[in-house]
Amino acid sequence: MSALLARDVFVRLSGVEILHDVDLNVKEGQVVAILGANGSGKSTLVRTMLGIIPVSSGQVEVFGQPVGSGTPWADIGYVPQRIGAGSGVPVSVREVVTSGLLHGKTLRAGRAAKAAVAAAMEAVHIEELANRTVTELSGGQQQRTLIARALVRKPRLLVLDEPIAGLDVPSHLALAETLKELNEAGTTLVLVLHELGAFRPLIDRTVVLRGGTIIHRTAFKPNGREPSETSLEHDHVHPHEDPSDPADWLAPELRLEP
Amino acid sequence: MSELWTALGDPLLRAPLITALLIGATAPIIGTFLVQRRMSLLGDGIGHVALTGVALGWLVGAVLGLVPRDVLALPGAVVAAVIGAVAIELVRERGRTSGDVALAMLFYGGIAGGVLIIEIAGGTNDNLVRYLFGSVATVDTANLLITVGLAALILVVGLGFRGALFAVSHDEEFARASGLPVRWLNILLAIISALTVTVAMRVVGVLMVSAMMIVPVATAQLLAASFRRTMTIAMAMGGVIAGIGLIATYWLDVSPGAAIVVLAIIIYAVIAAARAVMQRRAPRRSTTPPPPATPQEPVIAKEAT
Repeated sequence: MSALLARDVFVRLSGVEILHDVDLNVKEGQVVAILGANGSGKSTLVRTMLGIIPVSSGQVEVFGQPVGSGTPWADIGYVPQRIGAGSGVPVSVREVVTSGLLHGKTLRAGRAAKAAVAAAMEAVHIEELANRTVTELSGGQQQRTLIARALVRKPRLLVLDEPIAGLDVPSHLALAETLKELNEAGTTLVLVLHELGAFRPLIDRTVVLRGGTIIHRTAFKPNGREPSETSLEHDHVHPHEDPSDPADWLAPELRLEP
Repeated sequence: MSELWTALGDPLLRAPLITALLIGATAPIIGTFLVQRRMSLLGDGIGHVALTGVALGWLVGAVLGLVPRDVLALPGAVVAAVIGAVAIELVRERGRTSGDVALAMLFYGGIAGGVLIIEIAGGTNDNLVRYLFGSVATVDTANLLITVGLAALILVVGLGFRGALFAVSHDEEFARASGLPVRWLNILLAIISALTVTVAMRVVGVLMVSAMMIVPVATAQLLAASFRRTMTIAMAMGGVIAGIGLIATYWLDVSPGAAIVVLAIIIYAVIAAARAVMQRRAPRRSTTPPPPATPQEPVIAKEAT
């Protein structure tokens, strides 16, 4: 089953076409990296697939449901690049994580909130920061707070938009370890990245965007979960126009459905 | 001390005091959400629009021959403020650049419309002064009952939907990605803000209405480390300040609204100064205690102190 499916997606914002004819199929359990330079449309793509930005034409489905009122919001976790813009009032880590329990028509956290929040904070090792103000934390701690907010509802799909922006290498490694554990537990992961770095061993597939179009698709683990000796090593973003259509040179078993 | 008890027992002070306490305690609930989303001046904007509503209520009262003529002023203010607040929210949703200009038009149009309509209704600008600067001393039992009802509604919505309104105010993009009814929650907040403004308008007037919503929150956030605690402290502080400010006018011949606002600002200044001194004396607290998994993380954001 597809966790995320985008078909013939076009997105226009303020009259400018940001995404052109994008097709993407992320199957359950996969780890997919969306790569590309700044302004290539990576973040727009994931934000469109999560319903934050409306599609101009085309179709987006999450777990087989069109994005909208029927979307299983409880199954989706989203980690934006940064803590939200609205932070005029001090907000504790616990409050941010608790807000992740609200989704769809669930407007109250419920009785089990305390235990769920504690478990999510423990999963990313921030339980000791629960009562700290988020804006006083380091970049890595803020990032883990946002991940805990996404994890608190136990999502089947976790989407992370440039999760390592502004973080140092030890933070990359810690985050990669956390994501590995989540994926081994069955969580589908979609990562928006500039480079694979510490996440390379996790990735099943990559798609590369340029100018709002997918120009390149690569499979590292064609069998889904296990690395293969026939995996294609191709972990860089082409600095130049790709000389050929990947469909021409990928082995048939590595060609991916859009 | 005996004079204080005499003042508190004065029937003329009772209704205004209850009104001031209720508004002082409930206005910061909404103010906390507005400060959170960096829209502290929204109350001012709504207040300007409410003035047109006051004048419209006056006009309708004059046309229908109602006595007193301003009997529909408060309902008019509520209707105009709600419409204005929802319009402001829809403009904000559509984009900030053009929205900024549109909001300015709405603010200035609101106050100019109020002056024009009151003159058409046969009144004078003096009739608007009590709404510009407040008139809590003239609150009667009927006004008090309306205030109690609206304050209860603000409490129910502001506290009952606190989690959802916090989620939308703190990170609207995440709220959208969670499928929360962002637009409806924003409109709910706009409507409840409009009701707060029209109720608070009676105490401090249109020109200072935002102060009751915002200043206690600004003070509370100097003392608290969480959203919930900020709101709780602001509510307590708002009620106490409104009460003290009003009681002070029993002896001082000054406007209650101005007394309340000035007192709130003095308290903010004192606490801010004391906090700055304490921070200077205290050893600098590290913002980056290295956790086991990720030592030596860089600080990428630090709250301005």
